[in-house]
Amino acid sequence: MADVVKAGSNGVETVTLTIDGVEVTAPKGALLIRVAEQLGIEIPRFCDHPLLAPAGACRQCLVEVEGQRKPVASCTQTVADGMVVKTQLTSPVAKKAQAGIMELLLINHPLDCPMCDKGGECPLQNQAMSTGRTDTRFHDHKREYPKPVAISTQVLLDRERCVLCQRCTRFSDEIAGDRFIDLMDRSAAEQIGVYRDDAFSGDHPRSAIDEPGYEQETAEPGDEPFNSYFSGNTVQICPVGALTGTQYRFRARPFDLVSSPSVCEHCSAGCAQRTDHRRGKVMRRLAGDDPAVNEEWNCDKGRWGFRYATASDRITNPMVRREDGELHEASWSEALEMAAEGLRNARDGAYGVGVLTGGRLTVEDAYAYAKFARVALRTNDIDFRARPLSNEEADFLGSTVVGGTDVTYADVDAASAAVVVGLEPEEECPILFLRLRKAYRKGGFAVTAVAPFLSRGFTKLDAALVEAVPGGEADLLRDDPRVAETLRAPGALLIVGERLATVPGGLSAAAELAARTGAKLAWVPRRAGDRGAVDAGCLPNLLPGGRPVIEATARAELAGIWDLEAGIIPSRPGRSTDQMVADAAVGRLGALVVAGVDPADLADPRLAEQALDNVGFLVSLEVRRSAVSRRADVVFPVAPVVEKAGSFVDWEGRLRTFDRVLTTTAMTDARVLDAIAAQLGVALGTGDVNAVRRELGGLPATRADRIEPPRVSGIGAARPGDGEAVLATWHHLIDLSRLLEGDEYLAGTARVPVVRLGKVLAERLGVAEGDPVTVGTERGALTLPAAITELPDGVVWVPTNSPGATVRRTLGVTAGAVVKVSAGAPAGPILASGGSR
Amino acid sequence: MSATAVTVPRREVLEKLTPVLTKRWLSPDAWRIDVYERLDGYAALRKALAAHPDALIQLIKDSGLRGRGGAGFPTGLKWGFIPQNDGKPHYLVVNADEGEPGTCKDLPLMMHDPHSLVEGVIIAAYAIRADRAYIYIRGEAVHAARRLRNAVKEAYAAGYLGRNILGSGFDLDLVVHSGAGAYICGEETALLDSLEGFRGQPRLRPPFPATHGLYASPTVVNNVGTISSVPYIVLGGAAWWKTMGTEKSSGPMIYSLSGRIANPGQYECSLGITLRELIELAGGMQPGHSLRFWTPGGSSTPLLTAEHLDVPLDFEGVAAAGSILGTTATQIFSDQDCPVYATYRWLEFYYHESCGKCTPCREGNYWMVRVYRRILSGQGTYEDLDTLLDTCDNILGRAFCGLGDGATSPVTSSLKYFKQDYLDYIEGRTAPKLSDKALVGAH
Repeated sequence: MADVVKAGSNGVETVTLTIDGVEVTAPKGALLIRVAEQLGIEIPRFCDHPLLAPAGACRQCLVEVEGQRKPVASCTQTVADGMVVKTQLTSPVAKKAQAGIMELLLINHPLDCPMCDKGGECPLQNQAMSTGRTDTRFHDHKREYPKPVAISTQVLLDRERCVLCQRCTRFSDEIAGDRFIDLMDRSAAEQIGVYRDDAFSGDHPRSAIDEPGYEQETAEPGDEPFNSYFSGNTVQICPVGALTGTQYRFRARPFDLVSSPSVCEHCSAGCAQRTDHRRGKVMRRLAGDDPAVNEEWNCDKGRWGFRYATASDRITNPMVRREDGELHEASWSEALEMAAEGLRNARDGAYGVGVLTGGRLTVEDAYAYAKFARVALRTNDIDFRARPLSNEEADFLGSTVVGGTDVTYADVDAASAAVVVGLEPEEECPILFLRLRKAYRKGGFAVTAVAPFLSRGFTKLDAALVEAVPGGEADLLRDDPRVAETLRAPGALLIVGERLATVPGGLSAAAELAARTGAKLAWVPRRAGDRGAVDAGCLPNLLPGGRPVIEATARAELAGIWDLEAGIIPSRPGRSTDQMVADAAVGRLGALVVAGVDPADLADPRLAEQALDNVGFLVSLEVRRSAVSRRADVVFPVAPVVEKAGSFVDWEGRLRTFDRVLTTTAMTDARVLDAIAAQLGVALGTGDVNAVRRELGGLPATRADRIEPPRVSGIGAARPGDGEAVLATWHHLIDLSRLLEGDEYLAGTARVPVVRLGKVLAERLGVAEGDPVTVGTERGALTLPAAITELPDGVVWVPTNSPGATVRRTLGVTAGAVVKVSAGAPAGPILASGGSR
Repeated sequence: MSATAVTVPRREVLEKLTPVLTKRWLSPDAWRIDVYERLDGYAALRKALAAHPDALIQLIKDSGLRGRGGAGFPTGLKWGFIPQNDGKPHYLVVNADEGEPGTCKDLPLMMHDPHSLVEGVIIAAYAIRADRAYIYIRGEAVHAARRLRNAVKEAYAAGYLGRNILGSGFDLDLVVHSGAGAYICGEETALLDSLEGFRGQPRLRPPFPATHGLYASPTVVNNVGTISSVPYIVLGGAAWWKTMGTEKSSGPMIYSLSGRIANPGQYECSLGITLRELIELAGGMQPGHSLRFWTPGGSSTPLLTAEHLDVPLDFEGVAAAGSILGTTATQIFSDQDCPVYATYRWLEFYYHESCGKCTPCREGNYWMVRVYRRILSGQGTYEDLDTLLDTCDNILGRAFCGLGDGATSPVTSSLKYFKQDYLDYIEGRTAPKLSDKALVGAH
């Protein structure tokens, strides 16, 4: 007897049945196909997917159940006590039924396996081998369609290959909530398609059923393309080659690829991935299977955003600025020597050295920077936050976030309610969004959004809105009875995004609210390296392991571990990113070490560039040429994620370790820092990733007191005057990020940048939907089409960093600021333009 | 049976007619509420509203009424499945999506006597405690929908629908909803999806409509004929109802006769009548025609032949003859009709109407149609006949819903009784009925 469920585990109700003569005990309500699978009996299937609701459409998984008149689809049949099941292994009826379905699936399927992307990893191909006939009895014409149809710029549909299992439409509807694709037409002409104009009474010709009526070769005006952030999953779960990704189509055969497990470097969701590469080149990435984190899904950014690493502007050799003022490639020894000299001079000078690390580092590299700053540069001037920030936030991270894993994906699954503030989950942490949606779909889970409006993502969560004018969130968290009431429910979550840092008092109020209501608090940053950088000590007030800089115990612990003399680690908190930028801009910073920071992401990109220009000495560690490396005195090439081993810490605080996928000569940041430190006479010990892991893993828990939670009071939202509004803004998932450069197919599915404004404001300005609206400050203005949205009066929203909407660079402000709003485009030269590079 | 002239039915056969549901059809303007009321209309409603809903369900159970949509499920039992006091809204949905080839019993009923359906709806809704009912009528039946809508309007005006019906405290709203032209929407769960505004495709069962029907609430889906029978049972009682029909198939039934008979039309008789008697009622075969094959209940029921003239046309009798009573749509074909061609035309229908959800129905019908086209073009092979039978075997009982099963009925039964007709095409004894031009490249 085989037990699919452990006896007595968690009081799960079980039933006992027989499959192919084997008695098995399984949880009540389990699907037959799943239980058989756990016994090692593989029943062929197409429409069945463990994470989608049963459909029973393809009929491939038919088995014989004693007492049933007809063969039963095992993907829809739940197990029952005493059930006697015979699969194709023991039942001629089941075997014949399966063979019959397979034959029917193949009559209209083209024999183009040798040129199909799926060939070699195709469930249809495999199961045709196991279940199909050796020869065909079908002597007539196969169904023909023009192909492929671009249902978005990055997903192509080949309708001839489609077996209409509806996994893609069910995924889009159930999991992503993006019902962009659906079944069209019926009978043998049934096909997957996007919604077209003619479905809504346009005048595309539709023909009779015999000649498939839904003829679509190219997108036409009025079509609604498959612009879902999760569309790539449909390509992955398609059991045939009907859906393919434009980026990968015809580029490789599965059997020529080497598959390496990896972790996504984009957002803080921590997705497991599979990177498929051939001869040292990444061909594609797939969602990895990790039930605890991303289940089997990922977002399109994670799947398709990887070509930045092979861009033509990769830095391959160190560069130094010579007497002619230009950067020249140099030997490692020369560059290291020059870097060390410049940093030594600055360290021993009046203003010291600052370190900006950005949020893209592995935790090992972040630790190397944190240690390098303290040990080699003897400074706490280190900050990973390459975005608008506050000192309140640093205290919040040190008091409430560092070292903890209070909330996990499983907690989201089990939660009764969640209040989300300073975060648009679909845009800023898509897999967290999918988990929230899963909990919502399961029922008994309510989302409350503290936001200026219900975004598309929040709408898909059916969230309740607590309307917030940017800047007013702190007051709402403190005073709003709905928020507090929601959070008092057992198992409630308070999920705050990094954007709350820009609201004075916001994070203080959040910490206080969580303590007051007993809700669990989660902080969700936007980048993969952010959370790890907090734990690794890339903050001016925090040393590695959550040790407060100001605590003597904390410093002494590290001095002991790092074998330092007392007093090397400064006892005062260092400067934040903003302070370093401000100081450097006026020449009050001796040198900067900058790792993977795009000045365009900082609160004031113009000031940041001024700072990079004016800083005494600039060392840049970069994968590709950038606004920083162009200005640097010494540039070191470092490895992109795919070429190094490391770990990210996702928003939960979960360590996501990965190995090197591609073996190249590129070095980790930690190894380069180790070499610079050696030139400075310091043994950093970060040359090898395993050494860093050992050292990090060996850090004892600190005995020092934690930082006190911040107690900053809110100042409320700004009050706009005539012709003004308060600015709300956040990033689109697919935007002008440097990590998305080179992926034009992906960029084609980005959401269209618009200015969102309320009806009242629109009427006052006299603009209709789609009319140009200009949002400006004294620095500049940007003009985008209007999207009339349910927004509080006096608030406008624009995407932070999308084409035509580079808010920080163009306007020099961020959320909560008062901006000027006017109808139409500004007269004279348009100040704002798309890209900033 | 063969006849050379239109005959007058004998008296003892004429007496087999039991006009109950059809009794007002010949009265002028019976579709108007005043005429209907004069002819016993809405009397049953008054009687029903005075009774306890549970008593009505019991009455229907006692009457032995079985669903008139084809499957013959006991109606009282279906009503009894609706959970009571569950705090959810209940719905009554009338399946008026009559589309089975050959079937024409519901549409004439709604044309001639729409109020009997409306009255039945009110009583049934009262019995299952539904305060909202829908009649899902076939989109093409514009004329019948118009009559029905008018009847609903009249019933509202007379206080038979709306708030506090006849002072009973019972509220009911009735909506007539026109479909968009899909045979599959006659399948009850596809009908519910369509009614909810989705693509009409059958739903997975369980859960069944009795607990998770329209808008995931307890729902009864009944055929027009079933619901229209209710007022008569309420007025006449279960015992009277059972005086008609057979022990297991009680009551009268509207048989729709079409094809090679003298007087096609609807003949309401006790369940259990035979085709021989029905043909006699219809004035015999058309001159010069003799019966060769027929469908007992629409094209989804296996064909029967002249050997089956004396099969009792009730649920059990037809099943014993290897077919299904279905919708009692008897299409009658003569020696001048080709069973191969007739089957091909039916198959074109199923091919056209397959919803596409499941593989066997979608692909199997596509394939079989092409095989038939080849056979009828004189390009068939012996292997084709095996392929047809095997494909039917791969569809029957493997498809998601009954549509696929129904499509195999004419194929397997025509091959069973008329294989020689197929061989005649294959071996060139029958001239091709279709041009083979469309088949260039086949084989």
